[in-house]
Amino acid sequence: MALGDGRKVLPAYAERLAWLEALEVSGSAPPADQRGRRLIARGWAALWPKVLTIAIVLAVWQLIHVSGWKKAIFPGPAGTLSDLWDQLRTGLLWHAIGTTAERAVIGFGLAVLIGAVIGALVSRIAPLRAAVGSLITGLQTMPSIAWFPFAIILFGISTTAILFVIVLGAAPSIANGLIAGVDYTPPLLLRAGKMMGLRRLSLYRYLILPASLPAFVAGLRQGWAFAWRSLMAGELLVIIANQPSLGVLLSTDQDQADMQGATSIIIVILVLGILVHTLFSLADRSIRRRWGLTGTV
Amino acid sequence: MARQMTVTGQRTAAGGVTRAIRLSGVSKVYGRGGSAVRALDQISLEIPPGEFTCLIGASGCGKSTLLSLVAGLEQPTAGEVSTGSSRVAIMFQEPALFPWLTAAGNVELALRARGAGRAERRQRATELLETVHLSGFGGKRPHELSGGMRQRVALARALAQDADVLLMDEPFGALDAMTRDLLHDELDRVCAGRQLTIMFVTHNVREAVRLGDRVVVLSSRPGRVVDEFAVPIEHPRRIDSAPVAELASRITDRLREEMSRGAR
Repeated sequence: MALGDGRKVLPAYAERLAWLEALEVSGSAPPADQRGRRLIARGWAALWPKVLTIAIVLAVWQLIHVSGWKKAIFPGPAGTLSDLWDQLRTGLLWHAIGTTAERAVIGFGLAVLIGAVIGALVSRIAPLRAAVGSLITGLQTMPSIAWFPFAIILFGISTTAILFVIVLGAAPSIANGLIAGVDYTPPLLLRAGKMMGLRRLSLYRYLILPASLPAFVAGLRQGWAFAWRSLMAGELLVIIANQPSLGVLLSTDQDQADMQGATSIIIVILVLGILVHTLFSLADRSIRRRWGLTGTV
Repeated sequence: MARQMTVTGQRTAAGGVTRAIRLSGVSKVYGRGGSAVRALDQISLEIPPGEFTCLIGASGCGKSTLLSLVAGLEQPTAGEVSTGSSRVAIMFQEPALFPWLTAAGNVELALRARGAGRAERRQRATELLETVHLSGFGGKRPHELSGGMRQRVALARALAQDADVLLMDEPFGALDAMTRDLLHDELDRVCAGRQLTIMFVTHNVREAVRLGDRVVVLSSRPGRVVDEFAVPIEHPRRIDSAPVAELASRITDRLREEMSRGAR
């Protein structure tokens, strides 16, 4: 008896399949015009709490200003915002933003590179983990400003000193993110991957690394926060002549007791930080959506 | 008692090999000393190529451990497990699909692991998804599919490994009765025309009789082979047909007997 003879398909198979699938796969995409309306509704739902928050902050600020507390030095929102507007129309602020952004990109980029390599090595090599695993976590809790004396003695008053501290501040979080992702790769997926014949490098490349992506992005986000803080501390401490940066502008405002100017720069720093953070949130959300980790798409 | 050893001798001619899986005196003990747990005790079992063997037993009888041993994911404490030169694939109760890949991507990764080129991967993945009635769903991610569909992708992925031996660890256990019924037909169809040796673990006696050429009954703690039944029922079978129900009730009686002995 040949194996194929006996096992015949029941006749109604295709129909039953189609029927079950109609039950199972519901919730198709809505028509285009509805989708557009829903997008606007969702945008508005995300927007109004932010607008309201900004309005409340401005109102409280204005109230303090009107109340006359430290009247001589505490600026009102109107004066500050017009100062910010003036600065935005000069080349100096943009030049400073450019310098700071360049340092942020280079420093964070180096931190990602170094953090990822260290994370990958530590997660794979047990003795290395035993040796430096807790050191990485220790470095993470170290306030990066404490590194500046070290960095300045080592590299002098230079961009290198700033970048050095950024990397020390951000790389541990990034490494830890990757290590956590590798550690929490679901064992069932590992078994499936091994049975498929994925080994060593291919197991790492096609299974463990993609599986650690969400934790890695969380590490990147935290790393960015540390990098940004280290950079600001660095620019206030390491002031390089003829190289305007946000830190230099802030420092100058402090020397000249220019409260409006200082507040303007603080707002710029805050906005830039929020912008980058939003990028990471978007990346995180898009991963979660692809993986089906969100309730609604 | 209608106890027969094997009814599958006639199939051995196909490959020239007399058995695809052989377990001789296999024991598995977890832990050491006083807290040691004997999961499997002296299991000996031979499965000829092309046979569909169902392993049945109460929970805790070490069924999944047995599959892990055959898969090579774990090593036996004593005894010997041999799958010869067979390629072994496994399916779990959960589909275990990779959530960052599409359905087709999951199948293609199994092909890539075997070293298939890009064009071949694409073509084979399309064919395999067609085999499990999922053409048109290749671009979907696992979370966009229903439980039954995910398990069908997992089946396609297992087939992509070009395995001679397919181990199935309660693969339909988490599905509703109707979907499970459908997947039984699917599995029958897939098996037809392939020389697949299947070891199928379940605690559902009817499912075992519906699918298997042979049903092996295991005892609990430690797992031992206590009985085995040939299933001389013609295909196509239905899970609610009289012969299936009749044999299933006999096996259930045997299982009850074993469980009450274990409880005493």
